[in-house]
Amino acid sequence: MSDFPFLSVLTVAPLVGGLLVAFLPASRGELAKRVAFGWSLAVLALAIAMWVAFDAGGDRLQLRESYSWIPAWGVNFTFAADGIALVMLMLIALLVPVVILASWHDADNLKRSVPVYFGLLLFLESTMIGVFAAADVFLFYVFFEVMLVPMYFLIGSYGGHQRQYAAVKFFLYSLVGGLFMLAAVIGLWALGGKTFDWEALTQADLSTGAERWLFLGFFLAFAIKAPFFPFHTWLPDAGGAAPAGAAALLVGVLDKVGTFGILRYCLPLFPDASKWFAPWAIALALIGIIYAALLAVGQNDLKRLVSYTSIAHFGFIGVGIFAFTTQAGTGAVLYMVNHGLATGLLFLVVGMLVARRGSALISDFGGASKLVPVLAGVLFFAGLASLALPGTAPFVSEFLVLIGTYTVNKPVAIVATAGIILAAAYVLWMVQRTTQGTLNPALSGVEGMRRDLSVRERVVVAPLIALLLLLGFYPKPVTDVINPAVQATMEQDLGRHDPAPTVGTVQEAHR
Amino acid sequence: MTDLKLPTLDYAALAPILILFGASLLGVLVEAFLPRARRHPVQLVLSLLAVVAALVMVVLNADNRLVTAATAIAIDGPALFLQGAILVLAGISLLLIGERAVQRGGAFVAHAAVTVGSPEDARQAEKEGGLTEVYPLTLFAVSGMLLFVAANDLLTMFIALEAFSLPLYLLCALARRRRLLSQEAALKYFLLGSYASAFFLFGMALVYGFTVGAGDQGGGVDFLTIRDAVGNSSASSILLLAGLALLAIGLLFKIAAAPFHVWTPDVYQGAPTPITGFMAACTKVAAFGGLLRVLYVAFFGASWDFKPVLGVVAVLTMLVGAVLAVTQTDIKRLLAYSSVANAGYLLVGVLALSRDGLSSTMFYLVAYGFSVLAAFGVVTLVRDADGEATHLSRWAGLGRRSPLYAGLFTFVLLAFAGIPLTSGFTSKFAVFGAALDAGQSYLVIAGVLTSMILAFPYLRVVVMMWLSEPGESTPSVSLPGGLTAAALMIGVAATLVLGVVPTPLLDLANGAAEFVGR
Repeated sequence: MSDFPFLSVLTVAPLVGGLLVAFLPASRGELAKRVAFGWSLAVLALAIAMWVAFDAGGDRLQLRESYSWIPAWGVNFTFAADGIALVMLMLIALLVPVVILASWHDADNLKRSVPVYFGLLLFLESTMIGVFAAADVFLFYVFFEVMLVPMYFLIGSYGGHQRQYAAVKFFLYSLVGGLFMLAAVIGLWALGGKTFDWEALTQADLSTGAERWLFLGFFLAFAIKAPFFPFHTWLPDAGGAAPAGAAALLVGVLDKVGTFGILRYCLPLFPDASKWFAPWAIALALIGIIYAALLAVGQNDLKRLVSYTSIAHFGFIGVGIFAFTTQAGTGAVLYMVNHGLATGLLFLVVGMLVARRGSALISDFGGASKLVPVLAGVLFFAGLASLALPGTAPFVSEFLVLIGTYTVNKPVAIVATAGIILAAAYVLWMVQRTTQGTLNPALSGVEGMRRDLSVRERVVVAPLIALLLLLGFYPKPVTDVINPAVQATMEQDLGRHDPAPTVGTVQEAHR
Repeated sequence: MTDLKLPTLDYAALAPILILFGASLLGVLVEAFLPRARRHPVQLVLSLLAVVAALVMVVLNADNRLVTAATAIAIDGPALFLQGAILVLAGISLLLIGERAVQRGGAFVAHAAVTVGSPEDARQAEKEGGLTEVYPLTLFAVSGMLLFVAANDLLTMFIALEAFSLPLYLLCALARRRRLLSQEAALKYFLLGSYASAFFLFGMALVYGFTVGAGDQGGGVDFLTIRDAVGNSSASSILLLAGLALLAIGLLFKIAAAPFHVWTPDVYQGAPTPITGFMAACTKVAAFGGLLRVLYVAFFGASWDFKPVLGVVAVLTMLVGAVLAVTQTDIKRLLAYSSVANAGYLLVGVLALSRDGLSSTMFYLVAYGFSVLAAFGVVTLVRDADGEATHLSRWAGLGRRSPLYAGLFTFVLLAFAGIPLTSGFTSKFAVFGAALDAGQSYLVIAGVLTSMILAFPYLRVVVMMWLSEPGESTPSVSLPGGLTAAALMIGVAATLVLGVVPTPLLDLANGAAEFVGR
């Protein structure tokens, strides 16, 4: 079974499904939804089979496939996954059916084609899988850019208030980053021996100056994508305007391409430059943690608030990556997964609230738990997961990042810890203002607010809640897959070995 | 004095040029002898057949690497590749030019001399069939372009330049509607084009003077003589540099490089849209073909002198095209500035001054030609009672009115913006890769930065079409006749295919990327 071309099939299958769905006549919206949902479930099944076929203790890059594409430039369709990519692929395969189910009625009330909406979601899934599965830098770049197109139309055509502005801003920001990366990709190709193969390029011999410039080209693209402070301003706009399902994918998966890119491309391809720039990257990440958390506290728009919390969380991931220890790195990757689940859930729940109320402003809510107790409960849980309460999955990852960082850089870890306190502030205050307290009289007059979670919506949130709890208590299945990949990145590529944890080797730790 | 000997002509190698020249003369006879009603189909079929026949001859000649007509014409890899490209693109242009289903009588005026705004003018715009002289004129222009990319001395090149420019000046003036704009465009193009030709001629004279001073066996204007003189001369290089500068001005004018681009938006806007597409695709190929040969063959030895200057021109061209495209409100002017910027990207490829530079530039020319023809093809379709609706605000909500054409146009715009899986991306990658490989990293960085700026106007059009609600003034899209539909489909399909499987054309360009005499 391990000979099965999992990665290419996983990439192509949603594309085929997307085309199929998008070209259904506009009147067949219901059929389009069913086909899209069924198709995404099939993709999920395939992804699970791939997880089983992946050997956690085996080679670093597995499931490798390679087909020639443009021989003149040495471009190949090369797919391969390490543990980091594998867990992200699983996350995508899991989130897309959930999002499709959650978006069931999102496109109904707009004057836009319903089949196209679900076709775009599948098309987006295809490009997201491709970007994580690619092991050819050119191919990665292609997916990295093409990914923008479906998201652009999802935000621009199906979004809410200020959708045009948000869509264009999203596209331009990402394109700017992408074009810097393009320059770096071409440079890497020219200097690295006219090949795009990731494994070959890790052996390329670059001069210090060239390495630093190329690192910057890639890093800028990823920092915009992730986003890190100060390149983050597009995210609240895009997250605020996108339909809830698309926003969940945008923040839950799309942005992870940035942090994944740093781990997969910046660190292994430019190890010396990565070390050289690490303090700066950590500084940006730290600023992001504090600054975005403060902005989140002050938000009155639920979707923008969730977007800002994500920026703060990306700060944690950034710290974890650039601490250069296996613990912190594993924590960062685990955080990528958990954040996808937790923020995905939070966005979807917020979307359900907003759809009922017809407004995303916190001040339009108040005491909602009196009307929709189950929904309010789920929001509370999603909030707690988001602030990394022990027992939920994000806690494990945040803890790993912090202790992994503490062993090498105490001040950074201590400053980052302040982010946890702020997280408690913005989540709890948000929950309090929307669902607790006295009932906002305007709220009971709204027809939608009298309906609690429907069966469909329960099916949407249940798997996410279950996974958040499961991974909170027993993260081993995921960490077992992530750990070897992160270890390879830190030790083989960067030559950093973790400080030994025992007292006897304190000197070594200080070295 | 020795007897003059007639040079031998390799008629097979010259066949494409001769076929088109003959066909255009035949077209003139058709104008003279056939009744008006029959001319249009006869001319269209005749022109298309001539183009196809010439293309067949180019393919049959594909392995030729020779110099004929004394040293006047070189039929080598780049010449054949570019001739093929010009013929294919001209064939698609002819489809657009020949379209009469979209508007009654086609895109051209019925009587060019009619007074603008008179009742007679209104009558011709509504009812009469357009001029059919456009076909022989187009064929004249194409044959001039074929000669231009194969010219192996400056005099032949100058004659070819005039041969393809003069018909273009005329064609620009023949728009069916907005006649004043069209005539103004033609006059502007003609005046500025004449200046450019004069510069070219003067430059030629100076270069001739340089070769006389440099060699011991007398001067000449053929590229090999110039090359030898550049390589071995002990003469003052002032003549050489001044001559090269003036020649370059003549050529840069044709490719619409800044600061010689000012005619582009007016001419692109005023000319009948099929002719605009023809100019954007074919003239660009021809002009770059000439520039490549002049720089790569004749003046290669002076590359250290012209590289920095042309580098500045390239950066300026990209910057001016991109920045001014942002401010445009008319789709044709926007595409004109985009074409200016694209001339800058092409110059980046040219300045690699390597085999890769040559092949990537040729690839870019073909890819861009297809896309730009598709783009102008869509522009001909978006119209209201007064003809084409080119103001951008009129395009709002077009995606809702006619998703197919808005979708095709969006795809072409994404290609212009350089999004992967379109030819725009592969061609940009090719020229930037060649330039970086040749150590011209500042050009690549400038190219990348201007691409970012340029993405904005394209995106604005996409936003207009898809994300805005259609208003009262959103024009309807005419159903294209078979000809425009074919041109559009070929252009879009080529844009996709060259983006997904560029290898065949890349290999072709690579195999052809060697000038004779280098």
